[in-house]
Amino acid sequence: MVPYLATVIAILRKDLAVEWRSRQLLAAMLIFTLLVILIFNFALELDARVRSEVSAGVLWATFAFAGTLGLNRSMAIEKEGKALDGLLLAPVDRSVIYLGKTLANLSFMLAVALFTLPIYSVLYNVDLLNGGFLLVLLLGSWGYSAIGTILSAMAIQARSRELLLPVLLFPLVIPVLVAAVRASSFFLQDLELIYIWPSLNLLIAYGLIIPAMGFMFFDLIVEE
Amino acid sequence: MSSKSIAARPRFLTLLSTLSALLILAATWMVFFFAPREAVMGEVQRVFYFHVSTGWVGMVAFLSAAIAGIIYLIRPDKKWDVFAVAAVEIGLVYSFVNIVSGSIWARPTWNTWWTWDPRLVTASVMELTFLAYLLLRQSMEDPERRARFGAIYSILGSLTVPLTYMSIRIWRTIHPVVIGSGDPGAKGDFSMTQPMVTTLMFSLLAFTVFGVTLLWHRVRLGWLSERVEEFRLKSMEM
Repeated sequence: MVPYLATVIAILRKDLAVEWRSRQLLAAMLIFTLLVILIFNFALELDARVRSEVSAGVLWATFAFAGTLGLNRSMAIEKEGKALDGLLLAPVDRSVIYLGKTLANLSFMLAVALFTLPIYSVLYNVDLLNGGFLLVLLLGSWGYSAIGTILSAMAIQARSRELLLPVLLFPLVIPVLVAAVRASSFFLQDLELIYIWPSLNLLIAYGLIIPAMGFMFFDLIVEE
Repeated sequence: MSSKSIAARPRFLTLLSTLSALLILAATWMVFFFAPREAVMGEVQRVFYFHVSTGWVGMVAFLSAAIAGIIYLIRPDKKWDVFAVAAVEIGLVYSFVNIVSGSIWARPTWNTWWTWDPRLVTASVMELTFLAYLLLRQSMEDPERRARFGAIYSILGSLTVPLTYMSIRIWRTIHPVVIGSGDPGAKGDFSMTQPMVTTLMFSLLAFTVFGVTLLWHRVRLGWLSERVEEFRLKSMEM
């Protein structure tokens, strides 16, 4: 168990280190996020009355779009320079690679959220420092990264890589987005927990089932 | 499968095609002349029989594609891949008919063609998922990898099937649950009389037989195009 976790962390650290050298992806995701929020601002005319209701939706839609940038990149850097072959040669279980990659994608999403939330909070005067909301952010991003990592590993081997990922990803990620938007919106409106549980349950179930599938299938996806 | 059985159309398939044509005709007759007119909704309620039948076959088709996918992953054999594509394509057509017929019924009953109800959302997500499945297959060149990825995606995608089935049973919804009990807020609910049940059962049978017939035709088509591909590769070698 300990060597397993150590290998997962090694892969996570590798991805974070690679990103830290260039900071290309994070910069792109961050600017993209701000631009999407800007577009939503004009598309929805986010005045004070509307914004309290739609904040959760705007934020999750933004994260979902920005997330595809990260997912595309995370497998593309492995494909370039045949780094993936090196990873696959390592004498470890393939699920280690899956878990490490998922955690790396999760970190990128959370990093983007960490930058975005204060800015959104200031721009629109919405209080986002809410324990429940942050929990939903974590659960939702976990589910998103778990399915996204599986699908990006598939899309990268297709002819129309970047084109394919969103098409594969969005239908399967909708349960996460629906549950996350509902739960975060309810938390932001300070509703009682009894209304929020169904959405949280869906997030938790998804966050368990999808990684389990990733564990089973990742080996079959990356094999040559 | 030997080459002879592929080339010639099996007798039984011709028989089955005729049978399903007769069954569909009979089901149509029953819907219009045997089933009584529903008291509140009137004639438009007759859409219900085909709506439920197509929905049922669509879901079963998607699930069988996923099961074929599981078998393929355990024991890679091309025939399961051919079966899975056939099932997905038929599932897509059936589910589309299901959604359109529901929409036609919703216009007078709910006073709108479409509403973002959990059932309608999950059903359209299911449809989109399997459209994405076809897109995924199209952009994979290597046939072996195409089959493997298709199998994995259909298994992942099949999660939308129970979600669609359960959506009217776990969430607040205006979609009626005619079989079993549903949300008291559902609009257009009704209880079936005996002739209605008979008609529904008969249409379920008719559409299932028709679905199996289509599936068989489509699997045969898949095999034939595999053979064409083989011949082409052979002629290129020469």
